[in-house]
Amino acid sequence: MLSFVEHLPVLVVVISLLSAITIFITGWINKKTAWYISTATLLSQFISSIFILHHVMTVGPIRYRLGGWVPPWGIEYVMDALNAYVLVILLFLGLVCVIYSKRNIDHELPDKGVSFYTVYQLLITGLCGITVTGDIFNMYVFIEITSLSAYALIASRGKIALKASFTYLVLGSIGACFFLLGIGFLYSVTGSLNIHDLSLLLPPLYGNRVVLAAFVFFIVGLSIKMALFPLHTWLPDAHAFAPAEISAMLSGIIIEISTYAFIRVAFSVFTARFLQSLPVFDILCWLAAAAIIIGSVLAISQTNLKRMLAYSSVANMGYIVLALGLSISARKAPWGGLNPSMMHILNHALMKGCLFLVAGAFIYKADLWEIRDFRGLGRRMPYTCAAFVIAALSMIGIPPSVGFVSKLYIILASIEAKKFFFVPVLLLSSLLNLIYFWRVIETMYMKRVEGKDSAHTSHELHLQKEEIPLGMLAPIWVLASLCVIMGILWLANIPIPLLNQINSTFGLGGIR
Amino acid sequence: MEWFIAKIFAKYNYWIFIILMMIGFYGIVAKDNLIKKIIGLNIFQTAIFLYFISLGAVRGGTAPIVDEEIIRKGYVYANPLPHVLILTAIVVSVATTAVALSLVIRMNQEYGTIEESEIIQKLGEGGMTRTD
Repeated sequence: MLSFVEHLPVLVVVISLLSAITIFITGWINKKTAWYISTATLLSQFISSIFILHHVMTVGPIRYRLGGWVPPWGIEYVMDALNAYVLVILLFLGLVCVIYSKRNIDHELPDKGVSFYTVYQLLITGLCGITVTGDIFNMYVFIEITSLSAYALIASRGKIALKASFTYLVLGSIGACFFLLGIGFLYSVTGSLNIHDLSLLLPPLYGNRVVLAAFVFFIVGLSIKMALFPLHTWLPDAHAFAPAEISAMLSGIIIEISTYAFIRVAFSVFTARFLQSLPVFDILCWLAAAAIIIGSVLAISQTNLKRMLAYSSVANMGYIVLALGLSISARKAPWGGLNPSMMHILNHALMKGCLFLVAGAFIYKADLWEIRDFRGLGRRMPYTCAAFVIAALSMIGIPPSVGFVSKLYIILASIEAKKFFFVPVLLLSSLLNLIYFWRVIETMYMKRVEGKDSAHTSHELHLQKEEIPLGMLAPIWVLASLCVIMGILWLANIPIPLLNQINSTFGLGGIR
Repeated sequence: MEWFIAKIFAKYNYWIFIILMMIGFYGIVAKDNLIKKIIGLNIFQTAIFLYFISLGAVRGGTAPIVDEEIIRKGYVYANPLPHVLILTAIVVSVATTAVALSLVIRMNQEYGTIEESEIIQKLGEGGMTRTD
């Protein structure tokens, strides 16, 4: 008999799917119930994910057989330290965004609340599914569920977002097709789809060209999904013109979950030994370095805050992939193996989630999109702007914020791997981050409101405090404060046992 | 000639899948009309489905139905798993097409055209940094 916790991996997915249908049906009767059902579902999912993480840390991995079929034939859900950790991050940000959306959706998508929450729950279903599944074809299906809901949610604001969503749809489908083709190649040589089974069947076939081709298709397909530098072109428009909470989810979670899928394919289906025999991860490091620099430079040239943040996401995906590329060569304790990339997945979710929600708050209150219009905003919306400053300083990398920890550990990892080129790249990127965030902060706090001398009354009007409602401010501040709290926790090495367990699953890291 | 037969004709299913995939890819990249892009995407996806289906085929294989007589006579089966996978993938592809077409309908209402270059031109008039 399985204990209750061992049923949770499947329940996390099922509850979310059922809640999507429930929201749709109850929406006919009462539109107001949608938010409550969605929040209650996400809260219960988040609590379940914490139980799962606790179980994985204390007892060991959970294996759940769907329908009782034995793994190589049936679909299996596997929870180990890696996906339990990612699941907690994903559901936490999902919960924060849904709380934020209560007031924001009435403003951004009037009368579309019910369909918004229905599709939002489908998005969460897809994301949870990618995370928990131990079957590679199942992962493809969930990737497509996630992407389809994301296309719909991006397009929900209409107008320019439609074009952005269409571009994302075409590129995303090509990416998913490549992933499917990779699965087909692996299936043709091994006859298995179970991730654990594949990892046992593949090692004798590592020299096989079909296996190499499959690996390349996986990399290219998932690189499109995670917007790695030369394939990032869909990202800025899609992230900039979606509703605020969806931008936060897209930048904070969806591209990270694609990275998780990449880690799962690279280290669980294939192994660290396979990766060490190929120069793939070195190439990824160079692409990531290009992403960091070019993403930051393009972010500087933007005048629209959300587009700037979107380009900053391209740069941040560069950090995660750079950390991933170094993971097979750096082995020493706090920064070895997957540690820096795991850290930055959480850190980027917190920072970018907070920044996009703040950008949404400016749009909610004053319909401000352009950075030059932010004059005097520091006094108009003091609490929101303060949260923005904390998250922005964290992005720049001021100690003890989370951004500082990520950058520090990536630099230490690249020194240990003897790839010294990446140290100046990271330092330069901090400088570029400083330039584009400082521009926003300067406009908010230091530039004077236009027409101060001529029209004194309008100046006074601008200085009136108009804060956003508490329901939106609280999620922003939760994320902003976590940017600092998590930074201190990382520096105090408190979550390190968890990361060590992730590394030991894949035979990485190891030297204390 | 023998080489040619061994590489091309013996593996014609793979060649057809590659050619179809590239035709689809060309449609996605080169066509200006958004509907044609979606058709290209469909060809692209269908090519991969054909690859999977041809994987499952076995020369002289029958339908994979468990039956006493078939087992006794020692017939071979076609592999049913790729077919099942592709049923799922077809559903996904239909859903993608539906979302894409609904986006095109909305774009047609918004901009009055389904040519990508004209939409970009209309967006350009308001400046690409325009917010909505």
